[in-house]
Amino acid sequence: MNPDETTKTFVIKGVGVSPGIAIGKCYRFDPLDSTVSFYKLKDASLIPAEVRRFRKAIKDSGQQLLEIQKNLRKEKVIEPVYVIDVHILILKDKIFINRTINYIRSQGVNAEWALRMTLDHYKQIFDGVKDDYISSRVSDVQHVVQRILRNLSGEKREVVWEVGHEGVIIVSHDLSPADTAQMKLEKISGFATDSGGRTSHTAIVARSLELPAVVGLDNLTRFVHSGDEIIVDGTSGLVVVNPYSDMLKRYEEKRRHYNAAKDEYLKYGKLPAVTLDNHNVQIGCNIEFVEEIPSAIAHGAENIGLYRTEFLYIYRDDLPTEEDHFENYRQVVTEKNLSWSTIRTFDLGGDKFPNYQKQAKELNPQMGLRAIRFCLKEVEIFKTQLRAIWRASALGKTKILFPMISSVDEIREAKSLLEETRQELLARGEKIASKMEIGAMIEVPAAVVIADKLAREVDFFSIGTNDLIQYSLAIDRANERLTYMYDPLNPAVLRLIKRVTDVARKAGIRTAMCGEMAGDPLCVLILLGMELDELSMNHLAIPRIKKIIRESTLEESKALLKKALTFDTASEVRSCVCDYMARRFPDEFKIQED
Amino acid sequence: MNEETITLKLKNKLGLHARSAASIVKVALQFKSKIYIEHKGQTVDGDSILDILTLACPYGGMLTIRAQGDDAAAAIKELEKLVENKFGEN
Repeated sequence: MNPDETTKTFVIKGVGVSPGIAIGKCYRFDPLDSTVSFYKLKDASLIPAEVRRFRKAIKDSGQQLLEIQKNLRKEKVIEPVYVIDVHILILKDKIFINRTINYIRSQGVNAEWALRMTLDHYKQIFDGVKDDYISSRVSDVQHVVQRILRNLSGEKREVVWEVGHEGVIIVSHDLSPADTAQMKLEKISGFATDSGGRTSHTAIVARSLELPAVVGLDNLTRFVHSGDEIIVDGTSGLVVVNPYSDMLKRYEEKRRHYNAAKDEYLKYGKLPAVTLDNHNVQIGCNIEFVEEIPSAIAHGAENIGLYRTEFLYIYRDDLPTEEDHFENYRQVVTEKNLSWSTIRTFDLGGDKFPNYQKQAKELNPQMGLRAIRFCLKEVEIFKTQLRAIWRASALGKTKILFPMISSVDEIREAKSLLEETRQELLARGEKIASKMEIGAMIEVPAAVVIADKLAREVDFFSIGTNDLIQYSLAIDRANERLTYMYDPLNPAVLRLIKRVTDVARKAGIRTAMCGEMAGDPLCVLILLGMELDELSMNHLAIPRIKKIIRESTLEESKALLKKALTFDTASEVRSCVCDYMARRFPDEFKIQED
Repeated sequence: MNEETITLKLKNKLGLHARSAASIVKVALQFKSKIYIEHKGQTVDGDSILDILTLACPYGGMLTIRAQGDDAAAAIKELEKLVENKFGEN
């Protein structure tokens, strides 16, 4: 409560892309604006030397990139190496170079200043390009300019140093693969960047290293300096700069809880999720990248309940080939410690295919032409993925899951394309499984209403609670003013889910849940009561969910569900469930109180 | 001085984007001839990746490639191959 007078405390909200809490000293990476000095050359006689200095920095930058590229090729990389190719070619771009030299000569400014003018020039040009993909390429120019500036300043390589005992927290405008390739990653305890989203390079690196990260912080880099104390709360998407002592204590406690919970619960990960009265639930993990599989298994995943494949499309500027798909799926399905892998076909709209064709901007993309709807329109893109999934099925147990199903027509059409690709592969002489289980995502309310009809078409359902809640309660999840309404324990939502499980049981097919609700400790008993066959969640949630399941009974779960369903309002259901869980599992739900 | 020109239709689904632009520059840099790329009346240097990107030539767009120099014919042939092979994309 007593902010230090000498340092200002800031809290900035961004997007948490990798959970956990990191506390440490800030390391400002690429301090482009804050430490670069811009000045006019004293007289014209200094110009030739300044131009030489600039050319030398260009040459050094090029050599560094070649070296980075060589190393990236040696290691297994998660990102196309060609990005660095583009950076190298920018360094060879005579127009780019000559423009900068011209600024030095005509304006008599130092190389740093001239580079800044060149960057501004390109920003303006790229801004004017109608193609979103192209205009965002200005970030490549930025990355290259930053590298040249670093070389101008005499720093040969940007290496992240260890500061104090704790690992540093990297704060940067953005991070490119070339940046992280030269960091000593083991010295880093967290990331915070101005730009980026869930699929940004920073997010991917952080998740694969299991380090907390927050991105999309807009102008964090303007407020912090190297050496500042900083907290990165990747779970709630917050960054605290110069926390005052009480706040720091609270966060240290939170971090202890988080880490202790991870360690203590980890032992439950290895055990099966069987209730005291012998009811077994399969526990799956939701993943996005093959790099997440080791932590999924370490936390006790028995299968991959949801492999999101959007990443294969987003993080590149061309369409993935059948081989690209297959290479990823192969790594998932051949993992010996998993009983099966559920591959969900891509859940994207046309806007995510920037280079494929110009799509009209949709006012409401959540309800737009995306997921299965887009797939059934762009059949060739879809079939490429289907063929790769079939080929993976020969190597390990594979299930296929179609997203956003809202009618029987859609599932039938998807199935007929699946059959078409099967025939194509057989004709090609490829090895494929004789049978692959087909599932429908239940996330559109219409699918719940016709669940009995859909059940005749598929082998299993997978309930996507995030979208089901959003669509059924008509809440835009991105709208912060409506978050209070977003509640998986809303009676309407509970009824929808119950209907799905009831119908599936009657039809003799399995029901899984892969939305966030499946990993919410508070909801476990409610879901047990509905007798879901499989819960698939974020890997960190698995041990705790297993622990609760192992300490409860199916009988009490059914009783709690029955009671919960008698209430009229979401808040009544919530307080009933909270009370019960807190009484029944006092150790589990204490932490949530503060 | 030799001059060769060819007009091609971009057949790769992605159009002239980072990777395909990089391929053009790499080829252009291998030849002594000066290479120019034209799309919709805008002409840029074949060895400037940034300028090529700003052409924003989409799938199906027409590209005119001009080479000036002793090895102009060979350069055009190589670039034609690149475009016709869709830059190795499928």
